Amino acid sequence: MPFSQDYFALFGLPVDFTVNRGELDGAFRQLQQRYHPDRAAAGSDADVRLAVQQAAAINQAYTTLKSPLLRAHYLLELAGVEGDSESRVTRDGLFLMEQIALRERIEELDEHPQPFDELEQLRSTVEVKFVDCEEQFAHHYQAGDYLRAQDAVAKLQFFAKLLEQLDELEQDLEDR
Amino acid sequence: MALLLQISEPGQSPEPHQRKRAVGIDLGTTNSLVATVRSGTATIVNDEQGRALLPSALHYDRHGLSCVGYEALEHDLSDPLNTLTSVKRFMGRGLADVALFGEQLPYEFVAGSDSGMPKFATAAGAISPVQASAELLASLERRAELALGGDLDGAVITVPAYFDDAQRQATKDAAMLAGIKVLRLLNEPTAAAIAYGLDAGGEGTIAVYDLGGGTFDISILRLTRGVFEVLASGGDSALGGDDFDRAIADWLRAELAIDADMAPAQQRQLLAIAKRAKQQLSEVEQTQLTVGEQSLILDRDQLATLLDPLIAKTLRACRRSLADAGVKLDEIDNVVLVGGSTRALRVREKVADYFGREPLCHLDPDQVVALGAAVQADVLIGNKSGDDLLLLDVIPLSLGIETMGGLVEKIIHRNTTIPVAKAQEFTTFKDGQTALAVHVVQGERELVSDCRSLARFELRGIPPMTAGSAKIRVTYQVDADGLLSVAAREMTSGVEARIEVKPSYGLDDGEVTRMLQESFSHAREDMAARALAEQQVEADRIIEDIRAAIAVDGEQLLDADELECLRKSIDELQQLRETTREHRQLARKIESVAKGSETFAARRMNAAVKKALAGQSLDQLEGEL
Repeated sequence: MPFSQDYFALFGLPVDFTVNRGELDGAFRQLQQRYHPDRAAAGSDADVRLAVQQAAAINQAYTTLKSPLLRAHYLLELAGVEGDSESRVTRDGLFLMEQIALRERIEELDEHPQPFDELEQLRSTVEVKFVDCEEQFAHHYQAGDYLRAQDAVAKLQFFAKLLEQLDELEQDLEDR
Repeated sequence: MALLLQISEPGQSPEPHQRKRAVGIDLGTTNSLVATVRSGTATIVNDEQGRALLPSALHYDRHGLSCVGYEALEHDLSDPLNTLTSVKRFMGRGLADVALFGEQLPYEFVAGSDSGMPKFATAAGAISPVQASAELLASLERRAELALGGDLDGAVITVPAYFDDAQRQATKDAAMLAGIKVLRLLNEPTAAAIAYGLDAGGEGTIAVYDLGGGTFDISILRLTRGVFEVLASGGDSALGGDDFDRAIADWLRAELAIDADMAPAQQRQLLAIAKRAKQQLSEVEQTQLTVGEQSLILDRDQLATLLDPLIAKTLRACRRSLADAGVKLDEIDNVVLVGGSTRALRVREKVADYFGREPLCHLDPDQVVALGAAVQADVLIGNKSGDDLLLLDVIPLSLGIETMGGLVEKIIHRNTTIPVAKAQEFTTFKDGQTALAVHVVQGERELVSDCRSLARFELRGIPPMTAGSAKIRVTYQVDADGLLSVAAREMTSGVEARIEVKPSYGLDDGEVTRMLQESFSHAREDMAARALAEQQVEADRIIEDIRAAIAVDGEQLLDADELECLRKSIDELQQLRETTREHRQLARKIESVAKGSETFAARRMNAAVKKALAGQSLDQLEGEL
């Protein structure tokens, strides 16, 4: 059973922030083909129970490696970096100002004359910053500067939340 | 693209005498069907009179079940109380839900005992929806066994993608009662995609557009090397072909200046005329509608004007599901149509327009679900080699837990691939607390009161500890059928509580849609409520922190004015926290308090550094730096 290994090993990938999506997807499908409970559907209840746990573990590993944010978190976890850097980041004045400015724009979206254009602009702004943070993380992580890498993750989290909020707002606007 | 119906490769399938008997069952609201794979092709199993459909109807007399299907329907008018139809709508529902159906139900109900599901009062006694469904399943089972020449080894039973935990559990219970081994509960749109599917070696992204009489479902799936992955499913279950009829009837009434307060009988007559016209316009360019003495012409253009707003609603749901799936419109390789209402020409046109390609619709929309289920049953029972077809489905609605302040913390988000297990840690909030109530809810909204309550249980026997030191891990596990089990465990003592979530009632499709729609339109409101709750917690934290710090060294580090000023500002914050409903106002105050305490914080930091460095020589310091 490969389930005692780390997620990267489970999929036969190197432990790195950069992940080859094609290889990840392929390995994921192969593992599910083998361990999914449907493969034990004609078997005993115990077989099915075990398969449910294994398939759930594979899904969890896949979800983690698929998402840049979760992947970054997980890399730090593997590196034994503990604690949470949110408080440190929230003391980063420049970053906070930027967050506040973005949030204000989001809040004013409601009254904006071209809300959809503004939403698209906001989204691409945030996406650029997200990718920026990804690069920062990759850089610091590779250099072994886990403290800075941790800050980058905290920032990624902020931007991920903003993107989520924008998705919700878009649906809201469409329903109006 | 080739059909999946022929997926067994020569030489690979086991010898005929080794083949196991597996079927796919579409247990429908109005009609049910059973299908099986014969010589590599999925086919519907007809009854002895050669009919494919089994009307989902049962008739009971004082001796018990008297008949099912067409025969039972014949009693519908003469003996309505003992003739059960649309039983599926009652599966996994409580008496209170049934009361909310809002229409005249011909049945009398008795409250269920332990299950909580209401039972139909019939001449044969109280019959639960699960029992009635079991009879329908048993009838289909007998039909299949007759045709296949022996006992069934297993069945795949389809459920609407939006069925919640309670409804799925009730369906599985019915199968067990009928003595059928359930290989899998399969979502209906997924089954349709399989029926239309592609070679096991095929690739592509598929949208399944399923428009029934009263519900609309959309699923986005991806097929890669034999693995069918559901990326997202969504829909609008308060929208279907019946709404089309209503729109046409309303137009007719307005055109002919018929009084809106008409008798129910006349209303039904108008609807019947509307439905007929709708069906005719799929064949002809225009049709004449006659109501009493008056008549008028309805043509395809006018019909389009009437239906387009409704179809547009389904396309909005499509857009949402595409976004959820992270798939762009031009990445869709195939669109599959399911459900009787997709026979309407205008629907086909608009769907083709939206997706930029002709939808697949060559399989009978009434049969396609059962056919797909049969293919999956054949794979699951082991009549195929292991690499053939694998289905990875998603959970349709988020699963969460109630947290402080009546908020929902989502533990498993909707559209997460199943099976899945997620754990979250919680703690006690009172000193010496020995029990923790776990409230399991399902839905997208942020407040518990707006979600469906699935189960409540208590973790007891937690050893008394100070608040916040117990570590309670709550684990949610959803299996491949979409069924949930929850476990809670106190980590330091190992005390454990576990529950298979078998709620007494569940959501119906309409309710799911309503909840989803509300969750979108209330997103603002929810966000505000949540933001306020969060700011309140934040305020409590900062007040406590500063007060604690003042108690330690406030008087050493601050002069009397500074101290007075800081104390005043936290008192103000405390007061605002109790009174305001405005999260932004509270956030601003928190920020100003935080800013006001910066000097104090800086001095404390310096003091701490000085203390840490005290006694170290400069050399040592340099050495460390």
